[in-house]
Amino acid sequence: MPIAIYCLNRLVQLIPVLIGITLIAFLLLRVMPGDPATLILGSRGTAADIAKLNAQLGLDQPLWRQYLLFLKDIATGSFGESIAYKASVGPLIWERLWPTIWLVLFSTVMAVVLTVPLALLAAVRRGSVADAGIKLFFIVAMSMPSFWLGILLVLLLSIVVPVFPVSGYGDTILERLHHLVLPSLVIALATAALTVRSLRSSVIAVLSADYVDTARSKGLRSRQVLWRHVLRNSLMSTISVLGVHTSWVIGGTVVIETLFGIPGLGSLLVSSISARDYPMVQGLTVTFAVLVVLINLLTDLAYVAVDPRVKLS
Amino acid sequence: MITGASSPLLRVDSLQVRFGSGKDAVTAVDNASFNIAPGEVFGLVGESGSGKSATCRSLIRLYGGSIASLPKGSITFNGRDLVRLSDKELTEIRGAEIAMIFQDPMSALNPTMRIGDQIGESLRRHQNLSSRAARERALHLLRSVGVTAPERRLDNYPHHFSGGMRQRVLIALALACRPKLLIADEPTTALDVTVQQQILRLILDLRQQTNLAVLLVTHDLGVVAQTCDRVAVMYAGRIVETGTTRQIFRRPAHPYTRALLNALPSSAGRKDTLAPIEGEPPSLAAPPSGCRFHPRCPLAVDACKQAEHVLRAVEPGHESACIRVGELGC
Amino acid sequence: MISPVARERWIKFSRNLNLQLGLFMLGLLVFAIFVFPVLIAHDPLAVDFDSALIPPGADHWFGTDDLGRDVLARVAAAGLVDLQVVTVCVFVPFVIGSTIGLVSGYIGGVVDTLLMRLVDILWAFPFYVLVISIVGALGPSVGNMYLAFSMVVWISFARIVRGEVLLAKRQEYVQAAQVLGFSHIRIMARHVLPNVITPAIVFMMADVVLTILGVTSLGFLGLGIQPPTPEWGVMIAEGRNFILDGWWVSLFPGLAIVYVGITFTLLGDGLDDFLRPKG
Repeated sequence: MPIAIYCLNRLVQLIPVLIGITLIAFLLLRVMPGDPATLILGSRGTAADIAKLNAQLGLDQPLWRQYLLFLKDIATGSFGESIAYKASVGPLIWERLWPTIWLVLFSTVMAVVLTVPLALLAAVRRGSVADAGIKLFFIVAMSMPSFWLGILLVLLLSIVVPVFPVSGYGDTILERLHHLVLPSLVIALATAALTVRSLRSSVIAVLSADYVDTARSKGLRSRQVLWRHVLRNSLMSTISVLGVHTSWVIGGTVVIETLFGIPGLGSLLVSSISARDYPMVQGLTVTFAVLVVLINLLTDLAYVAVDPRVKLS
Repeated sequence: MITGASSPLLRVDSLQVRFGSGKDAVTAVDNASFNIAPGEVFGLVGESGSGKSATCRSLIRLYGGSIASLPKGSITFNGRDLVRLSDKELTEIRGAEIAMIFQDPMSALNPTMRIGDQIGESLRRHQNLSSRAARERALHLLRSVGVTAPERRLDNYPHHFSGGMRQRVLIALALACRPKLLIADEPTTALDVTVQQQILRLILDLRQQTNLAVLLVTHDLGVVAQTCDRVAVMYAGRIVETGTTRQIFRRPAHPYTRALLNALPSSAGRKDTLAPIEGEPPSLAAPPSGCRFHPRCPLAVDACKQAEHVLRAVEPGHESACIRVGELGC
Repeated sequence: MISPVARERWIKFSRNLNLQLGLFMLGLLVFAIFVFPVLIAHDPLAVDFDSALIPPGADHWFGTDDLGRDVLARVAAAGLVDLQVVTVCVFVPFVIGSTIGLVSGYIGGVVDTLLMRLVDILWAFPFYVLVISIVGALGPSVGNMYLAFSMVVWISFARIVRGEVLLAKRQEYVQAAQVLGFSHIRIMARHVLPNVITPAIVFMMADVVLTILGVTSLGFLGLGIQPPTPEWGVMIAEGRNFILDGWWVSLFPGLAIVYVGITFTLLGDGLDDFLRPKG
C-alpha cells in the first residue's frame, strides 16, 4: 500500500478518537462542581453579570446543544471566543503552536543524540564502570524535577557563565535555537533516561543475534557492525518508548515553557487557567490531545521506515 | 585421496577454548589438534555440546555474544598464527580469507538490510569495490549459487526468501571475496531434507571450482559420509578419533565413534539397527576424569578413569584416543 | 524452622541489591521525615527577618530562606506533606485502575470494548495537561489534586492489569475454577488477582516517581499545595526569586525530590526482580 493511502486510511480511523477527544475536553469543564460563570467572576459578580456571561458562553443552553456548538466552533476553526483575549481561540492557539513544536522537536533530537552513543557504550561494555555510571546518571536524571533542573542550569549557564539566555524565545531562527537549548536539554535528559535504558537492553539482545555474527564474519570493523547492523535492529522498542514518552514531553512543556518564558501552548494553558479562560483551556486540551495522536501516527510511520517487515495495513 | 599431511592450509595445534571467567569458567575445547589441506572438506562431528561449534568459531573468534577468553594453542592459517592477531587484524582475515556460514539461515541475515547490500558490504570492505561494482559482483554471485532471477532479488529483504534460498544467499555472501577456507557450522541442520541435498551439492561444486577448503561442523554422520574427505570426532571438548572418512566408517577405532555409527539408521532405514548411546553427555563444567567417555562406554575398565588423553596412530592417517583400541578388533 | 519457600525468598532478597538499597533509603527517608521535625529546634513556619538568607552552617544546616525560616525544618515538614499527597495520589488510582482493569478484562465483551475505547481516548491527553486542567477548573487545593490524579492515573493501572488478565484467562487454573462453579467474584479475587497484580505493583513504584514530580510541579506552578504550607515545589519556586543570594533555598528541596525519585526507582527495579517468577 502506498504511504499516502496508508496515512489517509489512518487519519480516517482517527475520526472516532478525535470525536472522543472533543467530548472529553468538553465534559471536563462541564461536570465539575460549581458554575463556571460564578467561578470566573468570583464573588464580585452580580446575578445579572453571571446570567450574561452564561449566555455569552452558551452555558444557558442544554448540554447537547452546547456540545454541538463546540463542534461547530471547532469546525470553523475558531474554537470559541477567549474570555481573556476577547478573540477567537483558534488563531491564538495556532500562533502559540510553533514554539511548542520546536521545543518538542529540538528536545527529541537532543534525546536521540544523547541516547544512541551512550546506550551503545553501555551495552557493548555491559557490567563495566561506564555502564554503571551511565545507569546511575540517568536514574538521577529521571528523578530530577524539570523545573528544578531548569533553575540550576539557568543559574549555571545563564547567570554564572552567561552562555544561554535566561528566558524568552527570540525572533530569528538562530536566536530561537539559542533560546531553546536549555529548555530542550532539560526535557531531553528526562527522555534519554528512558530511551537509554530501553535501547541498551535491546542492543544487548541484538548483539547475540546470528546476523551480527554474520556481519562480523564478513570482517566488518566493530564500529561498522554496531552502526549498520546492531543499531537499526535495536531501534524498534526504543521508538515506541520514545513515542509514548513524547506524549509525556508534550505535557511537560507546560512546566518548562512557564519556567523559561517560552510563548507556547503550555505557558498559554497555565496563564489561561489562572485567568479562568475556559474556552481557551478547552481549545488547548483538544489541541494537546490531537498533537499526541499525530505523534503516535508518526511513531507508526517510523516503524515502517526502520523495519521492512512491518507491513502497511 | 587428499591428505592433510602435505602442506596444510590450516594447522590447529593444542587448541584450548574457555568461556566465562573465574569459578564459572568452562573449557569448551581442550587440546584439539587437526589440519586441513587446500581444497579439502574436513568434518568435525559430535553431539551438541561436544565443543565442535566452539572449535570452529574460535578460529575467527565469533562466539555469538558469549564471552570467551583468547584461545590457547596455535592456529596456523596460511603461515600466520591467528591466535596472535589482534581483534582488529583478524577482521582483515574474516570474510576475505576465512568465511563462515551458520546453522540457521532464517536468523543469520540482517532483517533490515537488502540482500544486495549485505553481499556487497563484504566486497566493499575487502576489495574496495565501488557500490556499483559490488552490486554487479553480488548479482553474479547470486546467480552462481542458484538464486533465480537475481536482478530482482538484489533489492529484496531476507523475509522475502525461503530458508533454502537464504542459505544460498549466505553462501554467496561468504564466498564473495573468494576465501580459501569456508567454515560451515551445521549448514543444513535447519533445512528440509531435499534442500539439504541441494545445499551440500552446491558447497561441493564450489569447492571443485575454486579449490575451497571446507571445515564442516555437523552432528549428522550421513552428511559426513556424503561430503567429507577427512573427519575428526569430538566428545566433551576433545577430539577422540580422526582419520579419512573411509577409515572412520569402515574401521571406527573409538567406542564413541562406534556408538555414533550404530545410532545411524542404515541405508534402508532399518530401525532394528538403531542403538542410541546410553547415558547423558557429560557437563563441561565438571567433566569425568581420564577418558571422558568412560561412564558411558561398554568397554570401560578401571584404567580408562586415569587414562591420559593422547591420540595414537591406528594406521597411517588414522588416530584414536582409546587405550583399549586393540580390543576393538579393527 | 524456616520453610524452603521463605529460605528461597531470603536468598533471592539477599542477592537483590536494588531492593536492599531502596528499602534502606526508604527507611532513612521515613526516619528523616518523622524524627527530624521533633529533633530540630526550628519551627518550619516561624518567620524571623533578622536571620533571613543565612547560608548553610552549624546553626541552620540547610540555611534559612528570605523570611528567616529554617530550610531543613521546612524540607522535612514538606516531606511529610508531599509524601502524604503522593501516597494518596498513587494508591487511589492503583485501587480504582486495577479493579476496573480486572473486571473489564475478566468480563470482556461490550463493557470491555467500551471501557478500552475510553482509555484509548483518555490516553491521548498528556498527563500534565489533564491534571492541570482539572485542578485549574476546580481550583487549587489538596482535595482537588487527589481528584485530578485519581481521574488521570487509573488509566495506566487499568491497562496494565487488563493486559495481564487477558493472559491469565487462558491459563488452566482460571478455567478450572470456572468449571468448579466458583462465583465470578471469587475467581477474580482469589484466582486471577494474585496472578496479575505484580506488574501493577511494580508500576506503582515508577508511578511514585512520576507523581512526586507531578505534585511538586503543580506546587511550583502555584496550582497545587498553597503557601505557607511547606511543600518542595513551592519552596523551589520561592527560592527561585533570590537564587543568586540564596541558592540553598531551592537546592535542598530539589535534592529531596531526587532522593525520593532514586529510592522508588531502586524499589521498582528491585521489586521487579524479586516478584517476577524465574525464567
